[in-house]
Amino acid sequence: MAPKLPPHHPVEQSTSATAGGQASAHHAPPRGILRWLLTTNHKEIGSLYLIFSLIMFFIGGIFALVVRAELFQPGLQLVNPEFFNQMTTMHGLIMVFAAVMPAFTGLANWMIPLQIGAPDMALPRLNNFSFWLLPVAFLLLLSTLLMPGGGPNFGWTFYAPLSTTYAPPSTTFFILSLHIAGISSILGAINIVATIINMRAPGMRMMDMPLFVWTWLITAFLLIAVMPVLAGVITMMLMDINFGTHFFNAAGGGDPVLFQHLFWFFGHPEVYIMILPAFGIVSAIIPTFARKRLFGYASMVYATASIAILSFLVWAHHMFVVGLPLAAELFFMYTTMIIAVPTGVKVFNWITTLFRGSITFEPPMLFALAFVVLFTIGGFSGLMLAIAPADFQYHDTYFVVAHFHYVLVPGAVFAIMAGVYYWLPKWTGHYPNVKLAQWHFWLSVIGVNLTFFPMHFAGLAGMPRRIPDYALQFADFNLVSSLGAFMFGASQLVFVAVVILCVRGGEKAPAKAWEGAEDLEWSVPSPAPLHTFETPPTFQRHEH
Amino acid sequence: MSGGSYYVPSTSKWPILGSLALGLMMIGTGMVLVHDRGTPIMTLGLLAVLAVMGFWFRDVVKESRGGLYDAQMDRSFRQGMGWFIFSEVMFFAAFFGALFYIRTFALPWLDGEGAKGVAALLWPEFTASWPLMSPPDTAVAGPRDTFSPWQLPLVNTLILVASSITLTVAHEGLKEGHRDTTRNWLFATLLLAISFITIQGVEYYEAYVHYGITLEAGIYGATFFLLTGFHGAHVIIGATILAVMLVRVLRGHFSSDNHFGFEAACWYWHFVDVVWIGLFLFVYVF
Ligand code: HEM
Ligand SMILES: [Cu+2]
Repeated sequence: MAPKLPPHHPVEQSTSATAGGQASAHHAPPRGILRWLLTTNHKEIGSLYLIFSLIMFFIGGIFALVVRAELFQPGLQLVNPEFFNQMTTMHGLIMVFAAVMPAFTGLANWMIPLQIGAPDMALPRLNNFSFWLLPVAFLLLLSTLLMPGGGPNFGWTFYAPLSTTYAPPSTTFFILSLHIAGISSILGAINIVATIINMRAPGMRMMDMPLFVWTWLITAFLLIAVMPVLAGVITMMLMDINFGTHFFNAAGGGDPVLFQHLFWFFGHPEVYIMILPAFGIVSAIIPTFARKRLFGYASMVYATASIAILSFLVWAHHMFVVGLPLAAELFFMYTTMIIAVPTGVKVFNWITTLFRGSITFEPPMLFALAFVVLFTIGGFSGLMLAIAPADFQYHDTYFVVAHFHYVLVPGAVFAIMAGVYYWLPKWTGHYPNVKLAQWHFWLSVIGVNLTFFPMHFAGLAGMPRRIPDYALQFADFNLVSSLGAFMFGASQLVFVAVVILCVRGGEKAPAKAWEGAEDLEWSVPSPAPLHTFETPPTFQRHEH
Repeated sequence: MSGGSYYVPSTSKWPILGSLALGLMMIGTGMVLVHDRGTPIMTLGLLAVLAVMGFWFRDVVKESRGGLYDAQMDRSFRQGMGWFIFSEVMFFAAFFGALFYIRTFALPWLDGEGAKGVAALLWPEFTASWPLMSPPDTAVAGPRDTFSPWQLPLVNTLILVASSITLTVAHEGLKEGHRDTTRNWLFATLLLAISFITIQGVEYYEAYVHYGITLEAGIYGATFFLLTGFHGAHVIIGATILAVMLVRVLRGHFSSDNHFGFEAACWYWHFVDVVWIGLFLFVYVF
């Protein structure tokens, strides 16, 4: 993902400065490490986000492999249960907040200005700040593992009172690190909204924007709306832990269920934050390699917007078994099912785009197609979980784990990888190695399904999640899952190899690297020079 | 802009220093809370955060006054500020949501009401009321008494509403180019802000000393301090911004058609004001 950076052109820099004033004309941009610490360039910041995300993906992946190694056989063999809990928790936190979200933000940084014909993000310094908060936040989070009493051990959803009354002392540091990550997300999202609304090339209307831009606009709105709620709920935890309040403690008139309401009011939109940009990427790739316009552009936009609005009304489907009043169970069951409608519209549109297209199977397309099929499996298991009475059986079993890993791994993560393969030629000027990419793809697809498909059965048969040991009848499913997990993990090394090779060299890519690609980013050279669109491009409208 | 090209700001060291400063402050805070030491680190971090903010804004002001920013940059700042305030609204929405949930669901259920009444088995003696004077568990001492909304809270409401009006007058003055009007009314706004904070301080003192409303006094004290505390913190931030604006007005910054810094301060102040109206209604009156 590290793009080969073109040399900095002081000449270009000063042209931009004379247009605006003298501030940057006098000193050349900093070199070496300082260049990366101080950069305000959307491409460099995008690369930083992507590299950070890849590193965190491996750290979170190692935590997951610790979990799968322990679950390879029944009984306790490798780690003690306390450490096992820290591993499941840290795996979830790192993957959600430090791998998937920053990867999408990195792609947004790189591609949104290129796709809308803007010279950079609207607020470039704020952009640098948003990025550099992340290493600070996650170093602090990872350091909790070394603190007395260990790191967070209450699951990535950190339900009170496990995360308050019964939590390890390091929880305060966990809360503070999440605050930093939250500030980063909010500022990043504000920047993205301002960029999209304000910096489009003259003539580009909202309904001309590529879907990746649309989905990110809506995602950014969700982020600005719900990250503060997360900040609020962790602040209340902090006060319960350190200042003797009783927000989540019934003894003082509070309620632990209140924690869950607040958390999931953030948490459900959060899962859409992790999937909407993926929809945007897939909606760019499928038309390119089917060599057809995207079917139903407008309906894609409206579907995305309705998913976002509905996502504020479904949160308690995570809480069917806490004992909600019947009316609430019904309300949240129906709203959840309604979300499947716009989601179905999207899947329908992708498939219709493929219909009678002249399809080729380049690496980005492989991942995008796998996305459509496997994400849909996750959508269906979601529908099963949405049925409140059925969820009484499924809740807190491996069936839920299977569901959300299908939407997040062959969903969000595959879409990120599809996007990386799709845009690598634009970033580096070279095509990724096709043979290796195919190896990566097939090993990943097989690995992912081996890992997560058996979890459906284990879950339906009653295997609880987040427990380091299990009854003998689950042994075979778990063995397959663990083998698949190690296979999936190892195949990501191939991905790293492809990326590094692609940065170093490979078949040269022209400006328009893919025959069927239409959007503005393909009008600038590959690799994209450090500064693009310093004068606004003329936007050619084509009917969607 | 010549040639219709875009303005792209130059690099700056403040963002990276800001994130390091924030990290330092958080580490210090964590150490103070968990290990009871680390006050110097926390203080240093806080000062560093403030310093970075000061320098960063100073640079922006300089560039803006140097005429570096174009209309597009101005729109970006406006949208940035608008969305930032929206995020703050959601932050308070979480706290109001918690308050409503506790009052309408959690407490009645603990008292045995409705389908969720099994919770009453925990503390059969418990009766729900708001403000909650006797928390379910007797180990938690509730407040002894509560405020009348029609004394200090009402005064504070009038003060904040008045301050919104004086600020608007100051803003209109700026638009009309009457610098003296702006200066005087802005100064009045700042005085009102300071009196609000002072009165809030007095109220907190009374809460702790006379009424027994404390952070530990069950859910009433907890929600009371959560909402008024974060609001108070925002008033202090807003007043600081207004003070900076006053200094800038005195130094002759801002023109009648170019003063977004001032306008942003107004937006923020009105937001703080509106939150208070919500607080007055739902924390004090009802
Ligand atoms: C058709 C759409 C979907 C429906 C109907 C749906 C429904 C549900 C339901 C009812 C649960 C709660 C299960 C339980 O805990 O008993 C759940 C859990 C979950 N879903 Fe979905 N879902 C959908 C799509 C998604 C998507 C797109 C994502 C993320 C990209 C996602 C991520 C998650 C996660 C992370 C959890 C588990 C959280 C946890 O307890 O750790 N879901 N889903
Ligand atoms: Cu959900």
